[in-house]
Amino acid sequence: MSVDTATVAKIASLARIKVSESELQAMVPELNGILAWVEQLSEVDVTGIEPMTAVIPNTQRLREDDVNADPLTGGDRRDAVLANAPAPEHGFFGVPKVIE
Amino acid sequence: MTGLTDLGIAAIRKGVVDGEFSATEVATAFNAAVAEAQVALNAFIVTTPEKALEAAAKVDADRAAGKPLGTMAGVPIGMKDLFATHGVQTTAASKILEGFKPQYESTVSQKLWDAGAGMLGKLNLDQFAMGSSNETSAFGNVVSPWRRPNDTAPLAPGGSSGGSSTAVSARLAPAATGTDTGGSIRQPAAFTGISGIKPTYGRCSRWGVVAFASSLDQAGPMARDVTDCAIMLEAMAGFDPKDSTSLNLPVPEWTANLSGDMKGKKVGIPREYRLDGIDPDVAKTWDDGIAWLKDAGAEIVDISLPHTKYALPTYYIIAPAEASSNLARYDGVRYGLRDLPDGAGLQDMYAATRAAGFGPEVKRRIMIGTYVLSAGFYDAYYTQAQKVRALIARDFTEAFKLVDVILAPTAPSSAFALGEKSADPLEMYLNDVFSVPASLAGLPAMSVPAGLDRLGLPLGLQVIGKAFDEQGVLNASLALEQRAQFTARPAKWW
Repeated sequence: MSVDTATVAKIASLARIKVSESELQAMVPELNGILAWVEQLSEVDVTGIEPMTAVIPNTQRLREDDVNADPLTGGDRRDAVLANAPAPEHGFFGVPKVIE
Repeated sequence: MTGLTDLGIAAIRKGVVDGEFSATEVATAFNAAVAEAQVALNAFIVTTPEKALEAAAKVDADRAAGKPLGTMAGVPIGMKDLFATHGVQTTAASKILEGFKPQYESTVSQKLWDAGAGMLGKLNLDQFAMGSSNETSAFGNVVSPWRRPNDTAPLAPGGSSGGSSTAVSARLAPAATGTDTGGSIRQPAAFTGISGIKPTYGRCSRWGVVAFASSLDQAGPMARDVTDCAIMLEAMAGFDPKDSTSLNLPVPEWTANLSGDMKGKKVGIPREYRLDGIDPDVAKTWDDGIAWLKDAGAEIVDISLPHTKYALPTYYIIAPAEASSNLARYDGVRYGLRDLPDGAGLQDMYAATRAAGFGPEVKRRIMIGTYVLSAGFYDAYYTQAQKVRALIARDFTEAFKLVDVILAPTAPSSAFALGEKSADPLEMYLNDVFSVPASLAGLPAMSVPAGLDRLGLPLGLQVIGKAFDEQGVLNASLALEQRAQFTARPAKWW
């Protein structure tokens, strides 16, 4: 399978990455080169093989149902959570207007 | 005091415990080495000499007070800038995280500080650990301390843990943390003539480690020799309830049980790794390694890992797929860079921020990952890759019914020059051909220096072990180390 400019533009949009027209043109052959190379996987007979879900068998654990189970990431940490935000406002994450 | 920067973990701790020198003297010596090399080698993104001194002062005070000292007491280390460090900028070598100061400490780094280690600084790396040469960092290339004879062309320190490999081989740090997703500890270790081990997936907590491909990412130590790696891995490993894939197993006493005696052990030589056109020096080093393990008492067994050739393409579907999902968090809202063009809405802000913040290789992998996970292509690419990954893991399971460990080269060549492979992403990806299979199977694997090639550059040998058998990997690596007698080091030019 190969991708054209329109498909790469669509992927970039899905990935939320703005690309210029010239970047787009450069990406098409690069992505096609990589995709053509990974294409060889289609020749592998995988009849009856389950896709891997965990590389080392492990069981899912649930943490205690307690907001402050780990005080580091628990409640009352608003200022720490916002400390690295580029535009915090009134104790919230600030974003551009979403709804008119 | 001269000579302190030539010491490794075990020697430093012993010297501090015995009172031969103080931890503060050690930290001061390494701080000076770091500062002196920074312009030429660019191994660090941020240096933290005050942190190294602070940790050393505590060790010295504890010793004076007769308190017990940790297993890493007095050892200043470099911390790959993928580990979140409280209050110290953590960037993953990306502009999108420039200025990010975590409000918490990663589990692995905290364990090292608890064991008495101090931090010299945050080490440079490939951006989001995506690369094999450290050329994708937004903070400039790391330069290897090694050079070809009569040639000043800067060489790649390997990647993604290129700052770590340069720092340890140039004697800027006795040891450093690394992370390995497809070979990022082993390949840079091989390129710079040092040792490094990636443990079994789940041994070291991923909590607080900037995520690249979560089913593959594993932290591990990079140091001068096998013993130092064992000591440091013991300090880093252990169950962490905050990482859902952390192994709930006690940490074995790897250091106490180190032994280079391979009597009764079987070593597998995978025939599929002997590629057409293999570098003759790499092939010779591999043969040397076989002879060394025989000499140590091991029996050599020819084995087959039939799906080896599919490991790289499998990796380059799975790793980008996971990366595209993990890196969705960089949105210009919660931390890091924000690019808000005039009049832009939320979606435009996301796209502009990510365009400005991610480097070309990161964008490339996010795009590939987005594509292989997109509707209509998911089964053909991603599901197929996960099935082939299961086959690759099964190959190893079958092989380990016959052998205890597997011996292979670490990388297909010695270090290449910066710029030599960066034009073609595929050519760069091929550098991981020997390291990726063990990553896909979650197995412990170690690189140890084995010799020099015709250009006088280091070559590494790789030992791959069964899941949970770091001891077997460390022991076979020790047997190699004892016979390789690798003492070469780069001549100081920086």
